[in-house]
Amino acid sequence: MSFLEYKELIEDGDTAIVFLGHDYMFPVTIQHGSQTQTKYGVIRHSTDLIGKPYGSKVTCSKGGWVHILYPTPELWTVNLPHRTQILYSTDISMITMMLELKPGSVVCESGTGSGSLSHAIIRTVAPTGHLYTVEFHQQRAEKAMEEFRQHKVDHLVTVKNQDVCKNGFGVSHIADAVFLDIPSPWEAIGHAKDALKIEGGRICSFSPCIEQVQRTCLALEEHGFTEINTLEILLRIYDVRTVTMQIPDFGKATEDEGSSESGDTAKQIPASQPSSAMFKSGISPKESVGHTGYLTFATKSLF
Amino acid sequence: MAEPGLGCGQLISEGDYVVLKREDVFKAVQVQRRKKVIFEKQWIFLDNAIGKNYGTMFEITGGGNLQPKSNIVASAEPKEAGADNRNIVDDGKSQKLTREDIEALKEKGIKGQEIVQQLIENSTTFRDKTEFAQEKYIKKKKKKYEANITILKPSTRILAIMYYAREPGKICQLRYDTLAQMLTLGNIRAGSKVIVMETCTGLVLGSVMERMGGYGSVIQMYSGSGPNRAATDCFGFPRSFYEQLYEFPLDKLEALVAGTYTSKVIPGEVNTEKTAEESSRSDNEKQDAAPEVVGDCLAEESEESMDTSPPEKKEAVKGCGEVSKNHKGGQNLDKAIEKKRKQEERRKREAEAAKLLQERNADGLILASRFHPSPLLLKLLEFVAPSRPFVVYCLYREPLLECYTKLREKGGVLNLNLSETWLRNYQVLPNRSHPKLVMSSGGGYLLYGITVAKDSPKDTTRHEKSEEPAAKKQKVSEDKS
Repeated sequence: MSFLEYKELIEDGDTAIVFLGHDYMFPVTIQHGSQTQTKYGVIRHSTDLIGKPYGSKVTCSKGGWVHILYPTPELWTVNLPHRTQILYSTDISMITMMLELKPGSVVCESGTGSGSLSHAIIRTVAPTGHLYTVEFHQQRAEKAMEEFRQHKVDHLVTVKNQDVCKNGFGVSHIADAVFLDIPSPWEAIGHAKDALKIEGGRICSFSPCIEQVQRTCLALEEHGFTEINTLEILLRIYDVRTVTMQIPDFGKATEDEGSSESGDTAKQIPASQPSSAMFKSGISPKESVGHTGYLTFATKSLF
Repeated sequence: MAEPGLGCGQLISEGDYVVLKREDVFKAVQVQRRKKVIFEKQWIFLDNAIGKNYGTMFEITGGGNLQPKSNIVASAEPKEAGADNRNIVDDGKSQKLTREDIEALKEKGIKGQEIVQQLIENSTTFRDKTEFAQEKYIKKKKKKYEANITILKPSTRILAIMYYAREPGKICQLRYDTLAQMLTLGNIRAGSKVIVMETCTGLVLGSVMERMGGYGSVIQMYSGSGPNRAATDCFGFPRSFYEQLYEFPLDKLEALVAGTYTSKVIPGEVNTEKTAEESSRSDNEKQDAAPEVVGDCLAEESEESMDTSPPEKKEAVKGCGEVSKNHKGGQNLDKAIEKKRKQEERRKREAEAAKLLQERNADGLILASRFHPSPLLLKLLEFVAPSRPFVVYCLYREPLLECYTKLREKGGVLNLNLSETWLRNYQVLPNRSHPKLVMSSGGGYLLYGITVAKDSPKDTTRHEKSEEPAAKKQKVSEDKS
């Protein structure tokens, strides 16, 4: 299967997402004769999965059930094996739009990391674009390539195992956009400029610390980048709940017979039905992600 | 030029849809010879931009003509600077040049750069300002007197930012980062078949089309006489992008679901009856919309929008370009035939759209409209295949809460999420980095999830996935799936 196009039926060799509940899912490689354990029991790939449509409900051996989902890059992002810190869809969305990525774009990225952003970029630049991704950690580079092959997107991506600060992207004047998520992005700005097309392009650098951003911005300016803009984007999640609140009882304005005594009033409270109001609300979780990183964007013009 | 705004050339051509940029202000226009364009209260002609590279910076010379400018900024190094502002008094007397003096300089055709220099020389307090304040002063004056315009290729980034800044009301106040989320969460990509329902004057549609790059198909649902695609035009897509763009009226959806929809018999008859009247009305509406389109992209001043309404626009884009001035009288017969042909064409397209919908296998659904999202979402999800993402935008949270509840009752979806994004820009300067003083306080809300095969009623029993929120608890009851 390919991450690049939807398909109806689950097949041998596919990567699929087993969905057990909200924020509770994991990826599985579909294999004839293979089995997957879940808390609801075993799923047998040959009988339970292969040939079934994506989005189907599958009953496990203990009677519980799960859904099998087609892996979008966004589902992959929340399911992939972490080899590094990863970028999540909120930042990825902004990166994709602000770098003006679209089918046909040529993109340079470093580092590859766990491939979260890479999958999203490949999705967007396919079928005619290309991603050149540079990772200085050998195992990570190899693992990423293996995943790209398994997800059948390897024809759209070139993985290089080198240090972008020293050796650049290994390509010159072909990129529409460059993305940097490395500890010292300012050291790679020159290489990024080389990678961008003569007529110009966009660049983005992701850094968690403002000191990194400061140095990066200076380097961008030195290299003639314009429209330098730093921003931060955060996701605010709301849990949808039904909330019930009690309505206080203020008693009655006119006194009924024999209820003037305070003791009587107290006795009457349980008699009058305590009313309550119910409503739906989007509630902010007690804690959420407060910072991922600063995104610095800039443009390189022809001149 | 063969194709207006083909989008692959690096040179600005006549007929291209471009975006003018001055500082942080954008404006979308079509390049036309000898056409006055108002930008930031200045009349300009774009003639000299034709044949230049995209990204070129121009300065405005006498007569509103553009002249390419080298990007190298000669930074006049401030020689003297004060330590702080203890000696600066705001008495309004520090600038020796009067407004009349400045106007006179301008009329003499003195360049903005020189005016700024003169302002500095005639400021009695400039030398006492701190280095930072001087920098700020120069920047401010440059902004006012040096009119540098960059001509850019339109993109979702630029148009979404432009619309949000200039005319948020026209795009349901959809902030650009929220749009970015929608495109990603909706997994919009080449080769998909996407249903779009928007009343954001075509901005959302355009951004979806850009991400699909002409591969796959888009079915746009609309209400009224036709979809408004003013912003879509501003993208300057090649014609081929419109071949796989279909539109289908919402008011025929019930018939489509019931299986009673026929594009031929019933609506056809209705159409013939109403032909003259209705289509002329809708044409008039479009006619109205056309300047507005431009107004949309371009203008705060209304005269400007009339002045800059590009005539080519009408033929430039199929679907939006079917404007005929039938009320002009005269060529009635030709017009009638032409209209009939167009109507027939439109009917055919609608039938094709109906067929695409009826396959009920769309790969995604994007909603961003001024209509209540709940009925739209429930109705349109019927046409989406299982295991596909959908995204609904709404400026308000409450309607999305309702969508959430109804979807949970109905089933067929999972991983529902309600969220918004928080966006903050930064000033980054050595030792002076901090968040910008003003930020947008809300960019609207998104509800998104994934479709799945509908449960048969008997197996909706498992507790963990109980579809209806248990409202019995006193405080809060979680209804997440």
